[in-house]
Amino acid sequence: MSTQNHDQVHDHPGHSHEEHHGPAKGLTRWLFTTNHKDIGTLYLLFALVMLFVGGAMAMVIRLELFQPGLQFVNPDFYNQMTTMHALIMIFGMIMPAFVGFANWMIPLMIGAPDMALPRLNNWSFWILPFAVGILLSTLFMDGGGPAGGWTLYPPLSLQAGNGFPFTIFAIHLLGMSSILGSINIIVTIMNMRAPGMSLLKMPLFVWTWLITAYLLIAAMPVLAGGVTMLLTDQFFGTTFFQAAGGGDPVLFQHIFWFFGHPEVYIIILPAFGIVSQIIPTFSRKPLFGYAAMVYATASIGFLSFIVWAHHMFTVGMPLAGEMFFMLSTMLIAIPTAVKVFNWTATMWRGSLTFETPMLFALAFLFLFTIGGFSGLMLAIAPADFQYHDTYFVVAHFHYVLVPGALFGAIAGAYFWLPKWTGHRYDEPLGKIHFWLSAISVNVTFFPQHFLGLAGMPRRIPDYATQFADWNMVSSIGAFGFGLSQVLFAFIVFKTIRGGAKATAEVWDQAEGLEWTVPSPAPYHTFDEAPVVK
Amino acid sequence: MARPGNRGLVLQLGGLAVGMFAFGFLLVPLYDAMCRITGLGGRTNAVSATIATTQEVSERLVTVEFVTVLNEQAPWEFRPTVSSIQVRPGQLYDTAFFARNLTDGMLVGSAVPSVAPGKAAKYFIKTQCFCFTQQNFIAGEGRDMGVQFMVDPALPEFIDRITLSYTFFVNRPATAQLISGPTAGSTT
Repeated sequence: MSTQNHDQVHDHPGHSHEEHHGPAKGLTRWLFTTNHKDIGTLYLLFALVMLFVGGAMAMVIRLELFQPGLQFVNPDFYNQMTTMHALIMIFGMIMPAFVGFANWMIPLMIGAPDMALPRLNNWSFWILPFAVGILLSTLFMDGGGPAGGWTLYPPLSLQAGNGFPFTIFAIHLLGMSSILGSINIIVTIMNMRAPGMSLLKMPLFVWTWLITAYLLIAAMPVLAGGVTMLLTDQFFGTTFFQAAGGGDPVLFQHIFWFFGHPEVYIIILPAFGIVSQIIPTFSRKPLFGYAAMVYATASIGFLSFIVWAHHMFTVGMPLAGEMFFMLSTMLIAIPTAVKVFNWTATMWRGSLTFETPMLFALAFLFLFTIGGFSGLMLAIAPADFQYHDTYFVVAHFHYVLVPGALFGAIAGAYFWLPKWTGHRYDEPLGKIHFWLSAISVNVTFFPQHFLGLAGMPRRIPDYATQFADWNMVSSIGAFGFGLSQVLFAFIVFKTIRGGAKATAEVWDQAEGLEWTVPSPAPYHTFDEAPVVK
Repeated sequence: MARPGNRGLVLQLGGLAVGMFAFGFLLVPLYDAMCRITGLGGRTNAVSATIATTQEVSERLVTVEFVTVLNEQAPWEFRPTVSSIQVRPGQLYDTAFFARNLTDGMLVGSAVPSVAPGKAAKYFIKTQCFCFTQQNFIAGEGRDMGVQFMVDPALPEFIDRITLSYTFFVNRPATAQLISGPTAGSTT
């Protein structure tokens, strides 16, 4: 969208490069585009829309939990809301947002003219709206949408209405979209780097995405297999998960979490990457311990495949199993701590300034660490028997996902908006958005720790009156957080429409190839590869 | 568009994705094998075991408890005939479970056994069990169904109490087959 006026400058007659044309006009530009910037924009806007779709569901949940008793929705619809909120936010919002960042920024950061497989790129994106459309359509079918939780445990998930096969197909499509996107990202990073851009010179955002893409290719197909088994159990008489036929429902939990735990890191690693770009920029220092950051990311990626059963400590595992999964889970704290240490050390004696991206990155650093610590508490198998399926778990994963992954994405959006649009965003408004978000996110989720420790279970529309006060606080925080994101959308659209001109460098002394191209980035960049020294 | 090397890398990565899809299904037999080897989930032998006749009988006394489980809306009456017995490891014992079909049509039942604690599962050996075969019931029929078992003398010292639990399911495909073609299946 931003490239329109700029292309006229570049599209002057007599230009030697034949492919150096501007974007097509009208709607077909977006339908048929193979340009990495266009597709990145599509992904990011799609994610922004989904933030409000999934957010609206969260608002329904918090409205119902505002007071004990059943006020607004019936329990079945409530269950559909919790399930759909998770599926939409994970597969429809946060993953597409990071793929959008990858599309926009990876070619710019490694000096490539585009993604390696541009047509595949178009297809990866355009699968998404249809997949999410199918998923959302289940809400209007007989029996409603999926209501058994996003983890889809059988036999509960099989007790669904007509929407069940549509949910499964939607998950298949979402998985295909992200696998194709990942293949594209890996091929781009491996084959399209500018001369001199060796692997260990790549910006950390590129590194985190390289590892994320491998995790996606290894984990998503396992989920596809698991949900296919659900489908055949339901419709074709197989008994993978039915004890009556010799199957075992616990097997599904193993398959699901074999996917599910790497998925957690698929969501957070790109945020690590974004924060690793932002903190050095606003500290005016190179990232502390670059190589350690790369190895820490790789070891988190590896460990994520051997810790899955810590989600299911209570299913009745042998002691040796509990010990293994407890200790391997705690091991992840080490590379994660290396990262937190290095981000902090990057700021040490830096010339710090606190523009909005830096504020979000700092909130990420602080609040993600809180989520990490509650994760360590949950990793202790005997303690987990107390916390399992309580609001403590809800508080834990929302701390790593909202002020973690989402703040990472918002920080990245503020950081690169000037590069995308050519305009500076409204800094005072950005700061207001930051403070509203940072305060309300804590008001929302911090009390949920207390609720969980006091014994409030997850996934319930009604609760004992002893939990009333903190639930009301949490709901007020949630409404505030939801409204704050409307301000975010406003700031984004205001920046797209106009604002102070951004320079090529955008930020004072910003390092990296993406800051060597003009703002907004021209429709085609790096037709001739830059040389990296 | 395609530079040298892209095709090969795409094929490798696509192969990895396909391989991981297959791995998801490979987890099914892997999990099954894990359960059989470790007794995870209280899995006991699913087909009749043969034991040496010269089995040495231990002096220890172990309590074996019998428990039945019916899932929601299962149309059975189902209970053990005795709630527990004291056994000596190495000796064969017989007991029975009673089930009644509460519907006015034919039903085929399948029983799924489970042993707690899980560590005891591989020392709990069933030589005959109504869970090895399908159980056909005519409308309203009730009867005892037998189990013959032995506790292996190698049972670890710290286990002095074993619980044998059965969940009784309606085997819907078999029931449908029985109703459509009365030749199939036989009552045990």
